[in-house]
Amino acid sequence: MHLAYPAVLAALLFCTGLYGVLARRNAILVLMSVELMLNAVNLNLVAFDVWLSRTAQDTLHSGQALALFTIAIAAAEIGIGLAIVLAVYRDRATADIDRLRDTAETPGDDPDHPDASGTEKAEATA
Amino acid sequence: MTTTTLAALVPLLPFLGAVAGLLLGRTAPGFVRPLAVLPPLASLVLAALVAARQGGGRAIDAYTLLTPTGSVPVDLALHIDGFAALVAVLVAFVATCVQIYSTGYLRDDPRYPSYAALVSLFTSAMLLVVYSGDLIVLLVGWEVMGICSYFLVGHYWGTPEARAASLKAFLVTKLGDLPFLIGLFALGTDAGSFRITRVLGAVASGGLDHPTVIALLLLAGVAGKSAQFPLHTWLPDAMAGPTPVSALIHAATMVAAGVYFVARLLPVFEASAAAMTVLAVMAAVTMLGSGLAALAQDDIKRVLAYSTIGQLGYMTGALAVGDRGAAVFHLLSHGAFKALLFLAGGAVIHAAGTNSLAAMSRMSHLRDRVPDAFWTMTVALLALAAIPPFSGFFSKESVLAAAERLATGHPGPAPGAAGWIVLVAALATALLTAAYATRLWLLAFRGRGAEAPDHGRQPLTMTVVLWVLALPSLAFGALAYRTLPGWFDGRSLAPTLLTSVLGTGLAVVGGLLAYGAWQRAAARAPRVPLGAVAAHPEGDAGLVEAEAIAAHEPAYGDIAQAPDPADPGRLLLGPLFGPAAAGFHLDAVYSALFVRPVLGAASLVRFLDREVVDTYVRGAAALPRLLGAAVRRAQTGNVQTYVSALLAGTVVLTVAVLLVASGA
Amino acid sequence: MSLAATAPYGFLSPTGVEIAFLLVGLVTLGAALITVTTRQLVHAALWLVVTLGGLAVEYLLLTAEFIAWVQVLIYVGSVVVLLLFGLMLTRAPIGHSPDADSGNRPAALVVAVGSAGALVWVVTDAFRATWIDLDGPAAGTTGVTGESLFRHWVLPFEALSVLLLAALVGAIVLSRKAKAEQAAGTPSLAKAPGDKEGAR
Repeated sequence: MHLAYPAVLAALLFCTGLYGVLARRNAILVLMSVELMLNAVNLNLVAFDVWLSRTAQDTLHSGQALALFTIAIAAAEIGIGLAIVLAVYRDRATADIDRLRDTAETPGDDPDHPDASGTEKAEATA
Repeated sequence: MTTTTLAALVPLLPFLGAVAGLLLGRTAPGFVRPLAVLPPLASLVLAALVAARQGGGRAIDAYTLLTPTGSVPVDLALHIDGFAALVAVLVAFVATCVQIYSTGYLRDDPRYPSYAALVSLFTSAMLLVVYSGDLIVLLVGWEVMGICSYFLVGHYWGTPEARAASLKAFLVTKLGDLPFLIGLFALGTDAGSFRITRVLGAVASGGLDHPTVIALLLLAGVAGKSAQFPLHTWLPDAMAGPTPVSALIHAATMVAAGVYFVARLLPVFEASAAAMTVLAVMAAVTMLGSGLAALAQDDIKRVLAYSTIGQLGYMTGALAVGDRGAAVFHLLSHGAFKALLFLAGGAVIHAAGTNSLAAMSRMSHLRDRVPDAFWTMTVALLALAAIPPFSGFFSKESVLAAAERLATGHPGPAPGAAGWIVLVAALATALLTAAYATRLWLLAFRGRGAEAPDHGRQPLTMTVVLWVLALPSLAFGALAYRTLPGWFDGRSLAPTLLTSVLGTGLAVVGGLLAYGAWQRAAARAPRVPLGAVAAHPEGDAGLVEAEAIAAHEPAYGDIAQAPDPADPGRLLLGPLFGPAAAGFHLDAVYSALFVRPVLGAASLVRFLDREVVDTYVRGAAALPRLLGAAVRRAQTGNVQTYVSALLAGTVVLTVAVLLVASGA
Repeated sequence: MSLAATAPYGFLSPTGVEIAFLLVGLVTLGAALITVTTRQLVHAALWLVVTLGGLAVEYLLLTAEFIAWVQVLIYVGSVVVLLLFGLMLTRAPIGHSPDADSGNRPAALVVAVGSAGALVWVVTDAFRATWIDLDGPAAGTTGVTGESLFRHWVLPFEALSVLLLAALVGAIVLSRKAKAEQAAGTPSLAKAPGDKEGAR
């Protein structure tokens, strides 16, 4: 099989995930897009592992092992990510990423006297 | 102990006393008075011992090199000849008197500890100047005196007059000190050493290349320190300081330093006929001007200040005719009676509650309130007016005799014209001196009107000092004029018949003129009521004086004169009275010539800095500020925007790298 | 990777495996695109299932069968379920939500298309003449994978288990945080009036 097929598919999937991360508003949809990107990487790992195990007689199977590790880490990541999203939701009653703008530079801000009270407290609880 | 060790201790003891006083002043107030009085007293004893051992014989020279200082070495050196020994005795004597007097005069002053320490430091600096055999070490004492005078004149810093006066004293003397410093360097370079003995040796062998320039530069410093025309204006204003400080400055330290310096280096000045002529003209203008100005002053202390300037004019006149023996003789006797005048004046101001002669002339029985001050002041005024047999007569006659010797064609170190200038000015000044001394005495002690208030007797410390000082004022001249030549250059200091008759006659005429004018003018006094007395007459003398100084300008409209038609000076001077009271408007001239141009230049620089230079700075800041505003706008807080920008940059960079790598 | 060995392969004469890979790949990509563009949040999760399942098939076609089953088990079985739970817990609207995309969409599109272009260009340029030999013994059977995993990768494997444990603890702590604060706040209020019980 031509190696370009899995490689191109992985690249396209990765960019799809990228678009999702940048364009989606709901944090959970962003997490889904991250999963897409991880899976694109996995596909690359597997395809190159199969190719290398034949042409270079690689017996370590590092590609497949790393793919397994990635899957495990992705599972951990989704768990932590969801916990964070839930904590934010509990605090703000929203999971929309573009509404979490506590680090924004508002025009009225005096750089010498930052409005310490509101922002820092919100960040601490988030 | 060797004489050298004793001599080294003389300036050191007051210095240590000053340091201890400053350190212990707050923690141990009980030690302050002993620490103030005992070191100058010990210095007096030691200085007298040194003088006795030196005995007018060979000069004692001792030196040690503290550290290598390059091409021209600076030594810690002592050079004690007859002049130094006697002047040191005078300095220590007056300083001791002033310290004892101050314990009474400022007995309730909260800042007495620092005051006493500064007086001690002042004394120590003057003794250093007197004994030093090295010009740079002398300069150290010279400058320490300058800063001490600044602090002491500004002792009543609560009053604006004192603040202005202290600044003025410091700045004007500094104005002279700058050329002085350059002159010292030029002298040291020309002579190859700063040691006075070597410098004098170099002068004797004709080793100076630029005697006129050096002498004129040094003269500027001398004029500043010794309050000679045209740098004398700080001295009358310095009357805003406490009276004991005035006594110290006028009698023994500071102003004496300039005369003493010229006396010590007289051969350097004699090497230049031009410098001697300048010195003579300076002395003559100073004498006459100060005599006229003294006649018009209303503040008793300002009268004394102008009289000091005049007497210093006598000393510089003596130096201008090349007779330093006469100059230092007059310095010694003047030190005694001028200290007495000031200290007695302080007692009078305390008793009267005012420093205005116009107010005193409307008080009767003032002399019964302060009998000690009255009698001693009478003695001192007679000495000032050079009436025989008081000490001022002999010293002043020695000056007149020296000038007459030069004027009548005796070969001398200075041009004959200098002798004539000094002689004529000195004789005229003798008349003026007697006139203002008489005016002062009559106005202060022969007042008519309401009885002077009675605040009880003056403290014993103050009155005893007056009598101690009255003794040398009375008898020093007559006792010393025969023995002093042995201490000095050996030239006779005895009065000659012609000048004695002339001088005394003129003095008597001056006194009679003043008396006559007073008789005529005093009749007008009751018609014009005048007088403002201190708010706290029961306070210590320092407080009364500070209040009197502060009240003078609001009460009489001027710091120097009062609108008193009964003033005999007004009658004597006629139209000259106004200018004379204002010191012939020299301050106004200076203000127009120097102060205003400097202020104008300062405001121009301020304008250039604020409006021109800052515009560029602000312009330079505006661009970054605009860019900053743009960048701030990019900080939306939206994480997705940030990541988009980050990744877009990554893609662009990657593509660029690939294009470069593939050689496109 | 000898070019001589690749000579028999032809780019324009695909084998059966290649056709199958291409078709499944198109389905996967399509499902992924719908996942990131649909306006119904739950649908997005379901289309994600399709994408992940398609990827599992691709693994099978690449003879990596163990990974394929792991993919089905973990991703399709648990991750998607977790995501659905998350959607429910954050009260995501079921049905059509008009504002599923943020205002960043044009920029995201530009960046995604740009990076896709760059990646595809680089990948095709690099692997233009590279073929995978899928004949012979399978490269990713459970036996082969297990042997390499427990022979060469034991230490990373154990470390990964520690990481998973840490993630587990972290997730619990994060989701319990607000409750813990509440629990700490109320007793202190109750303690104020009656000091005896609080002091113990």
